[in-house]
Amino acid sequence: MAEMIFAGFGGQGVMSMGMMVAYAGMIEEKNVSWIPSYGPEMRGGTANCAVVVTADEIGSPIITEPDVVVAMNLPSMTKFEPMLKPGGMLIYNSSLIEREGGRDDITVIAVPANDLASELGNTRVANMIVMGTLLAKTKVVGIDSIKKALRQVLPVHRHDLLGVNEDAMKRGAEYVK
Amino acid sequence: MAKQLMKGNEAIGEAAVQAGCRYFFGYPITPQNEVPEYMSRRLPEVGGVFLQAESEVAAINMVYGAAGAGARVMTSSSSPGISLKQEGISYIAGSELPCVIINIIRGGPGLGGIQPAQSDYFQATKGGGHGDYNLFVFAPASVQEMVDLIMESFDIADYYRNPVMIMGDGTLGQMMEPVEFKPVKKRDLPPKDWATTGCVGREHNIINSLALVAENLERHNWKLQEKYKQMKENEQRWELYKTEDAELVMVAYGTTARIVKSVVNKLREQGIKAGLLRPITIFPYPEKAFALLPDSVKAFLTVEMSAGQMVQDVRLAVNGKCPVHFCGRTGGIIPTPAEITKVAMEIMGGER
Repeated sequence: MAEMIFAGFGGQGVMSMGMMVAYAGMIEEKNVSWIPSYGPEMRGGTANCAVVVTADEIGSPIITEPDVVVAMNLPSMTKFEPMLKPGGMLIYNSSLIEREGGRDDITVIAVPANDLASELGNTRVANMIVMGTLLAKTKVVGIDSIKKALRQVLPVHRHDLLGVNEDAMKRGAEYVK
Repeated sequence: MAKQLMKGNEAIGEAAVQAGCRYFFGYPITPQNEVPEYMSRRLPEVGGVFLQAESEVAAINMVYGAAGAGARVMTSSSSPGISLKQEGISYIAGSELPCVIINIIRGGPGLGGIQPAQSDYFQATKGGGHGDYNLFVFAPASVQEMVDLIMESFDIADYYRNPVMIMGDGTLGQMMEPVEFKPVKKRDLPPKDWATTGCVGREHNIINSLALVAENLERHNWKLQEKYKQMKENEQRWELYKTEDAELVMVAYGTTARIVKSVVNKLREQGIKAGLLRPITIFPYPEKAFALLPDSVKAFLTVEMSAGQMVQDVRLAVNGKCPVHFCGRTGGIIPTPAEITKVAMEIMGGER
């Protein structure tokens, strides 16, 4: 059972990150749900989606105590870190967030996602850097399933970007090894 | 066909198309806009018609017209828009025409908000518009169930010559879940020999809800009531979850029922024998399910995203045998498992 929240500002690819994890879970024949924030919830610099991947039946698709929070910007970390289950995991984008203090009953992983993406020559794959980190740290779904999911989420005319996305995941995983 | 990950609102559109719906008339409103968006793209592919009307009132009257001509037709809206459609829905019910109406509920009253709610329960289940009539109302709890029920709804609408409403909420419309479009069991349907399809070679068919002679109108009303009685006898649907030995039965439908399912499991971990009765049809209300519950039941707890609109139906079904409690949130707030658990624990006498 994994309940995850992916959050960031619009354009950082948090919605598609969550969608890919849901797709991958479905490919692995698990039960999955994906629900976006919409409307006034999205004001204040944080768009987010909640994803559940589990072998069991999914009760609430709305998550109040996530196992994992992925925060791509500061307002997202401020909003969702307090909700994490004790023992949960916070993965944050240290290129944009300077973390001071915070909870000590959770696992905290910093990834300079924008910097690592720049090194690969495409800042837009910062989300896939974090995806690589997430998969390396949680094994919520397999990387091969994400690769398949990527082919579903990316429109066919963008399939030239499959390579750089896969490289980004590899880099994000290596960074936390 | 393999499973695909689909947003609830888009799945509504595809389910309708696969059930033979070829006409959609609507007017945009959050949080159901992906329904018309999907239909505008999909219906032309199958030779159907998508039309964005100038208002909800126009849209429902277009539905009235298409249904009168015998077409499979659907409209979709959210709470304030459904209120605007009530006059037309009453005419459609009075004229005994089949159609499918989607209500992806948002918080009210008035324009309210755009977050999920279940506060249109009275409107959906007690008629909604003027006159003695009822809709057939489904309240699905997952995207897959919504798809299955919509595919069946067109047959049910034709079978009873009555509008069918699918009552969802913003959560169900906006979330993505895996879905599979499986063919549903077809009902034996009579030909639509009442439809206004051109009267060459036959008598005129007249679609109308006006009946100025009181005796005729009364006869018509009793005929409608007979139909609702048949629905009550033959169409009640529900799900029972862990009720075999339950002492506390929670009653919830739609999105809320999913949250309550998690609560049932939490309570059982703490030694409280809880169960869930989930209405799938909310008209006809699944009274029969209450008769199936064991004698161990000591109390009921209705959980809703409204101020307690379903409580009276639960009380009627329980018929004074046990106390019926209520726990709910309104205005677009979704009750959390923690707060429902707390109320349930209090009813059952606190921690054990």
